[in-house]
Amino acid sequence: MDSARVVVTGLGAVSCLGLTVDDMWAGLTAGRSGIGRITAFDPVGFSCKVAGQVPDYKIQKYLPKTYRKAAKLMCRDIELAIIAANEALVNSGLVTKGIDPDNINIDPTRVGINLGAGLISCDLIELAPAVAASATDGKFDIRKWGKEGLEHVTPLWLLKYLPNMLPCHVGIIHDLQGPSNTITCAETSGHIAIGEAAQTIARGDSDVAVAGGAEAKVNPMVIMRQCLLGRATSEGNDDPESACRPFDAHAKGSVFGEAGGVAILENLENAAGRDAEVLAEIVGIGQSSSINPEYEHIEPDGRGIAIAIEKALQDADVSPAELDLIIPHGTGIPADDLAEAKAIQTVLGDSVSKVAVWPTKSMLSTTGAACGALDVIAAVRAISEGTIPAAKNLEKKADGCELNIVRQPARMDVKYALCCGYTYGGQTAALVLKKFVA
Amino acid sequence: MADRDEDKRVVITGMGIVCPLGHDVETVWQAILAGQSGMAKTTVFDASTFPTTFGAEVKNYDFTEYVNRPERHRGSSRGAGFAIGAAAQACKQAGIEIETAGPTDGVARERLGMYLGAGESSVNNDVFFAAILAGWDTDKNEMDWDKWAKVAFGGMDPGYELEQEANAPLAHIAMLTGARGPARNCLTACAASTQAVGEAATLIRAGDADVMIAGGAHSMIHPLGVTGFNRLTALSTRNDTPETASRPFSASRDGFILGEGAAILILESLGSARRRGVEILAEVMGYGSSADAFRVTDMHEEGRGAIAAMTAAISDAGITYGDIDYINAHGTGTSENDYIETKAIKGVFKEKAKGIPVSSVKSMLGHLIGAAGAAELITCVLAIRDNIVPPTMNLDDPDPELDLDYVANAPKKTPVNIVMNESFGFGGQNDVVIIKRFS
Repeated sequence: MDSARVVVTGLGAVSCLGLTVDDMWAGLTAGRSGIGRITAFDPVGFSCKVAGQVPDYKIQKYLPKTYRKAAKLMCRDIELAIIAANEALVNSGLVTKGIDPDNINIDPTRVGINLGAGLISCDLIELAPAVAASATDGKFDIRKWGKEGLEHVTPLWLLKYLPNMLPCHVGIIHDLQGPSNTITCAETSGHIAIGEAAQTIARGDSDVAVAGGAEAKVNPMVIMRQCLLGRATSEGNDDPESACRPFDAHAKGSVFGEAGGVAILENLENAAGRDAEVLAEIVGIGQSSSINPEYEHIEPDGRGIAIAIEKALQDADVSPAELDLIIPHGTGIPADDLAEAKAIQTVLGDSVSKVAVWPTKSMLSTTGAACGALDVIAAVRAISEGTIPAAKNLEKKADGCELNIVRQPARMDVKYALCCGYTYGGQTAALVLKKFVA
Repeated sequence: MADRDEDKRVVITGMGIVCPLGHDVETVWQAILAGQSGMAKTTVFDASTFPTTFGAEVKNYDFTEYVNRPERHRGSSRGAGFAIGAAAQACKQAGIEIETAGPTDGVARERLGMYLGAGESSVNNDVFFAAILAGWDTDKNEMDWDKWAKVAFGGMDPGYELEQEANAPLAHIAMLTGARGPARNCLTACAASTQAVGEAATLIRAGDADVMIAGGAHSMIHPLGVTGFNRLTALSTRNDTPETASRPFSASRDGFILGEGAAILILESLGSARRRGVEILAEVMGYGSSADAFRVTDMHEEGRGAIAAMTAAISDAGITYGDIDYINAHGTGTSENDYIETKAIKGVFKEKAKGIPVSSVKSMLGHLIGAAGAAELITCVLAIRDNIVPPTMNLDDPDPELDLDYVANAPKKTPVNIVMNESFGFGGQNDVVIIKRFS
């Protein structure tokens, strides 16, 4: 990256392991899975009945008094983004309008937002009375909908579901007026949003960015989609904690879930100027595409992933051997895991036996636009704590996987960590994080 | 800015469009200069009882005419199909070979990226509504998910479901072109493709790519899309006169007209364009992005965010306010947008504002939502090429509160060298791109 150095000064996460980053990290280091039977709806008719659900919370608690009325305009994805952004901002020591309007210490025009968001599915129960009012002889009648059914839909309905409403609400709560963007590249949105936010700061267009992603995938439409695509496992319904098995010989598919993850990125000078604690530095970003006509899967040789990793290492001016940790995408979908393993193996070459690889989705589930952000947060914690936790649900590596997957937690100095991601649809991304040295 | 070297200067070398006024750049431009309207009764679905019964649809379009291997894009959504055609046209103009394993066009595929502001596509309506009906118990006011699942799983197709994702057009364009560079999609409502073009330019400037395929694709002309906008009372309801319903800046404006389409521009470093010897259509000079951080439902009263984005773009372009020859407005034809946008332009340009032509091609194209900004940017490139400002049509009853030069009802011949294109999205998302005649 050119020009300004970009550092991480705050973290916020809401995941199936808890409502805070500390909860998430405690779960990850204890090897606990947050995956359980779906309670958001009755999954009896679904082949996959498990998911990573966020524990109960009250959104009002996270909203300034003056903004509580706006809660009715929020889908769950928006709520998760707000919770994670609040924690990250507080953690960074930045004081915004939403945190303490009397002691603001930011220039709102110099703080941007870049969040990944998913294909947000609407609340089917909310829509159901309108649909029911549009039936003729038991069948949906579009003419009746246009005339009567539509009147049952709350006037601001659409605004709940636009992806850019995640940064919109966060921006209003905290009064952040800088460059704003919403990345919609499915499961690699979080990686890309953080990378792009870093680039925006590096080129001088903002000093600070609220960056990450959020997605609430425990919705019947979403789970159905993943079941139909054969990406969701049907094997873990009796033992949810063991359902998601990245790189394991007995992996049968992924488990989906919900989360929000936010990192506060900051121009180093800005962070130093306010004596902020620096948690890590972002030193490399790389991106590419997988090219595969069957684009629900990554191309079998993982080339698009390898290109992204190579570019990120090049951008960071780091050799593969210098990496201490890789957090892969590792979904538990056998064909995709194998392609990713091949990509990492290609880039690492002889270093493959030395670089620790730690997949997290066995514990956090696949959380769409949030998963890249959760992995970056986990990597920052690994760097700042000097600890790499162990992988979960890895009994025997799948054929063709030669990665050095962490089996025992290790205390070690993590100088360079790489997070990589890919998604159905083909986009790939990699980020290199570095232990901060002034 | 003036000192930018060849690899930091970003130029436009190709354009493609699929929109309600046609399926190629010249046809669309001539229709705009002739003041034609893309609006008609909605045919994509039966909207006859909706508050709004018309829209700006893409007509008689078949993406397979643009590609040799249509089977690779089987099942592509309406929006993705538009994107494929627009990308194929843009690549052709820029001399970028498509559907080949061994391109000889001088663009390394790892240096060829994509940045789209593409939208999601429609749910499978028949099954979507049928499943809700099957599962919903009106008496108990609850959903039987097992019944829902039987209909949903029985009727929905995995490929169709995957294609609804906003990143699906990227997948198709990657297959089409072999692009292996940065690949991003932003869905920032009505500002999406202006933002995509702006961000794509920053990636070239930063050296992350030599060539970017940038733009947007979107179709929200489907039952839930029209429902959503109708409930927001954002759409015109002039059902008896669709052709003249889009009335930006007029006193009788009553909302926008939902359109659809795709627009793609090829952005390229000047160095790459020169090495390849391709024609340069214009130069991308500046980009600004901001958030209102005001309200979910309304724009900031003074246009604070819009002003910030315009100011940032002007500063990024290294020009002064007086250099702008034409402003291609967001100009949706809603009461609020046109009023605030006018205020914001005055806020930026002060006493110069009234001397700058400002027009809205949405009066003819309709509002292409995610694809709007890029489609409008193409008209900006052509305005520079032909030294002509496209008109704002249907402006026969000016709003006394709106007092800029909106180029009412007929194009205006005038020297056009530098153009500002602005897009504002729901939720206070503002994006502005400035382009210039290449010299």
